[in-house]
Amino acid sequence: MAKYTLNVNDETYPVEVAEGTSLLWVLREHLGLTGTKYGCGIALCGACTLHIDGQPAKACIIPVEGVASGQRIRTIEGLSEKGDHPVQKAWIAAQAPQCGFCHSGQIMQAVALLESNPRPTREEIKTYMNGILCRCGTYMRILKAVEMAAGTETHVES
Amino acid sequence: MPKTATQYSRRNFLKTSGGVVLFIGASGILPYLVSCRDTRRMKEEFARHPITAWVQFSEDGQIIIYNPAAEMGQGSMTSLPVIFAEEMDADWARVSVEFSPQEAEIYGSEGWTPGSKLMMTVGSRTTHSYWPVMRKAGAQARYVLLSSAAGHWEVPLSELTTSEGVVYHEKSGRKIEYGQLVPFLKMPEVLPEIDEAQMKKPGEFRLIGKVLPRTEIPEKVNGTALFAQDIRLPGMVYGVLERGNLHGSRPTLTNEAEIVGMDGVLKVVPFDYAIGVIAQTLEQALSAKRKLRIEWGPSPASGFHSQEVFETYASMAGQPERGRVITEAGDVQQAIKTAARTYSADFKNDYVYHAQMEPLNAVIRVAEDLQSAEVWVGSQQGPDTKLGVPGILGIPHEKVEVHLQYLGGGFGRRSMNDFVEECAVLAREVAPLPVKLIWTREDDVAYGAFRPLSLQRLTASVDARGTLTSLSHCVVGDGGNLVASGVTNTHYDIPNQLAEWRGASHGIRLKHWRAVGHGPNKFAIECMLDEIARDQQADPVAFRRKLMAKSPRALATLDKAAEISGWGEPVAEGRAKGVAFVEHGSLGTGVCEISVDRNTGDIRVHHFWIALDAGIPVQPDNIRAQMEGGILMGMSSVLKEQITIVDGRVQQSNFHDYPLLRMQEIPDSIETVILPSGERPEGVGETATPMVAGAIANAFLRLTGKRLRHMPFTPQRVLEALSSS
Ligand code: FES
Ligand code: FES
Repeated sequence: MAKYTLNVNDETYPVEVAEGTSLLWVLREHLGLTGTKYGCGIALCGACTLHIDGQPAKACIIPVEGVASGQRIRTIEGLSEKGDHPVQKAWIAAQAPQCGFCHSGQIMQAVALLESNPRPTREEIKTYMNGILCRCGTYMRILKAVEMAAGTETHVES
Repeated sequence: MPKTATQYSRRNFLKTSGGVVLFIGASGILPYLVSCRDTRRMKEEFARHPITAWVQFSEDGQIIIYNPAAEMGQGSMTSLPVIFAEEMDADWARVSVEFSPQEAEIYGSEGWTPGSKLMMTVGSRTTHSYWPVMRKAGAQARYVLLSSAAGHWEVPLSELTTSEGVVYHEKSGRKIEYGQLVPFLKMPEVLPEIDEAQMKKPGEFRLIGKVLPRTEIPEKVNGTALFAQDIRLPGMVYGVLERGNLHGSRPTLTNEAEIVGMDGVLKVVPFDYAIGVIAQTLEQALSAKRKLRIEWGPSPASGFHSQEVFETYASMAGQPERGRVITEAGDVQQAIKTAARTYSADFKNDYVYHAQMEPLNAVIRVAEDLQSAEVWVGSQQGPDTKLGVPGILGIPHEKVEVHLQYLGGGFGRRSMNDFVEECAVLAREVAPLPVKLIWTREDDVAYGAFRPLSLQRLTASVDARGTLTSLSHCVVGDGGNLVASGVTNTHYDIPNQLAEWRGASHGIRLKHWRAVGHGPNKFAIECMLDEIARDQQADPVAFRRKLMAKSPRALATLDKAAEISGWGEPVAEGRAKGVAFVEHGSLGTGVCEISVDRNTGDIRVHHFWIALDAGIPVQPDNIRAQMEGGILMGMSSVLKEQITIVDGRVQQSNFHDYPLLRMQEIPDSIETVILPSGERPEGVGETATPMVAGAIANAFLRLTGKRLRHMPFTPQRVLEALSSS
């Protein structure tokens, strides 16, 4: 067991876990930030996507000690006070989620995209979002929601 | 910051302190009201049946409607309450929705067997089966409001009308909101049976058929929606199981002392087919799982090789003795004897895995005296709404309380209770500590319960005019209805038909997978039709149009799909369109447009068009979402997904070797037209998925002249088809 201090959503969280424990388990099972989901554990589904210092990252493969020296961790819970971040609003307008399990990751990835590239092309969106799986098949609406948030939505057949 | 699940607060049933709950009895039992402040009384009423609380009113006008079905993304959290609110004439803006208790005698519907009462979110039957239940209950709730207003104003009930949550007495110009009526609510002497004729006509609907945002979506975009994976309880410990990848094999643990000595490990729990570990934290449980040294015994699956079994299946299909006949009409033998031409082809499909995005899990707390339990789970429910827990613990049904959570995908996997029962076994070992059982993705794949592989041998005959005179369909595979569903053609007029199943058994765990046998069987049927049409030099749509002459609803979907897809118009160089029809509750025709990379063998789907008859479309936008999702899940399974078995062992373990469709592979558009209808609503969750294989293979045939007859159409199989003669 070792003690770490994490900076999550601009709050400080002390935690005591074994070295090597993934950030995903620390957030979900120790800190109660369960918006970030577990889907594969090997960085292939993207359900655990969050931001570290503004960059999207997969929490399931990040050992806690790698993000305990002041790195800014942002999760879905820290995106907005009231669920009204422009990307979240676009998500609701597009009625994007079905089961919803993948959507924390989808939204965090989309936010990272738009923060670095505010008006992405459709191909850029697909490429950037490609790492986040959705088994329910909500990709058409995810694409639409990202375009709505970016203000580039013309007409996506869906 | 939005609330987190640190201190789990369940969606407490009937938790408010004000307002009333309306109990509506099944026939003959008087409805009555119970104040929400009287929790004890409410509990008692719930214990009595057949009394149903569907709705709770508060003085401030808020209304809670209870949803009896699981929510796994298909939209039940909105569609069923909408049906209720429509008849009650509620103001939808004031409605919120909660799950009802998991008590089938109270909240079940007859959708599966007449006379039964079941809570089971399977087979895309929720909306269809609850349609009359929710309408009648909503109408009765409205009646109670009306009769209370009549008493309050001392006017005849017949002079009252309602609109959007307000009762009006036109004569005196008075009106009162539903919420304001709460202090005056009184139960009428008799609650009339309200029949369909007294309910709203489709033209009067304000909510049904309108585009309404789904009620649970805001929670799903801010991270607060609770899946069972997210449940955390005080003192909770963690359970994992190692089940191996040889289904049914018995484990012997050879290093128990080492495991028990590991940090945080509380207990090792042997199962017939697995070794369980309970530990203080999830990471401790997982490290212990990795350290387990297990010797696996033989299993019924030992010696089974999935990719070699098709030869056996083909020879089984060739045996003269029939299997179990599923449908028979006319005389296929005779038709073949007198045919101008006959056709025969074999179609195959490999095992597929559900891959619901949330791996299986459950949280259970067994009381210290082992006489009661609470369960938090994402389940599609089932004949036993307590999900097998009473049996495991040897306690009465009513001693188990199930708190249904959102499901991170179901697709049929979550109507099996294996994971819930496992969690109950672990929770009993450490009672009263709650246990969270986590299946890793690797567990979920390797110990999956798959859609069975199968072979379809189709034989058909046509007469001299090119009319289809017979179709026989022989399915070979394990799992009965799991391979045989979807063999019946009710909308194609083929005078002589035979469908039969020949069973095999391999010891591999099997389960319903979205649309079940419809996927492989509609693939075979729809491809066979195109192969015949091609040989007869008939257009695939025109060929089907003739067959659907006696099924106007099916035909309308075909014509509409042809229209919106521009069927018959020239297509871009290197592309082709293919068509397929599916009936699964609702009726739908799909058309896709594809191209093929002849170097890599990759099939690209550019567009999908669907015309659907779902009866009265309760939530049209959600129907479109189900079509989109159904097509994309279909594309994923048809183009990529494959579980293989070598010597009984499942070869895949996670998304690196079981890839799913990703964003870069989606079509440019999926367009759905919902045909208008006044018929009872039909399910829409499983109509699109089985269209995909047939539509793609038929487009491929038109594009290349080659046949794809084995799902999935992996690049390798596509290249083989292209180079075949
Ligand atoms: S759980 Fe991290 S990518 Fe799948
Ligand atoms: S909405 Fe269910 S996995 Fe994406």
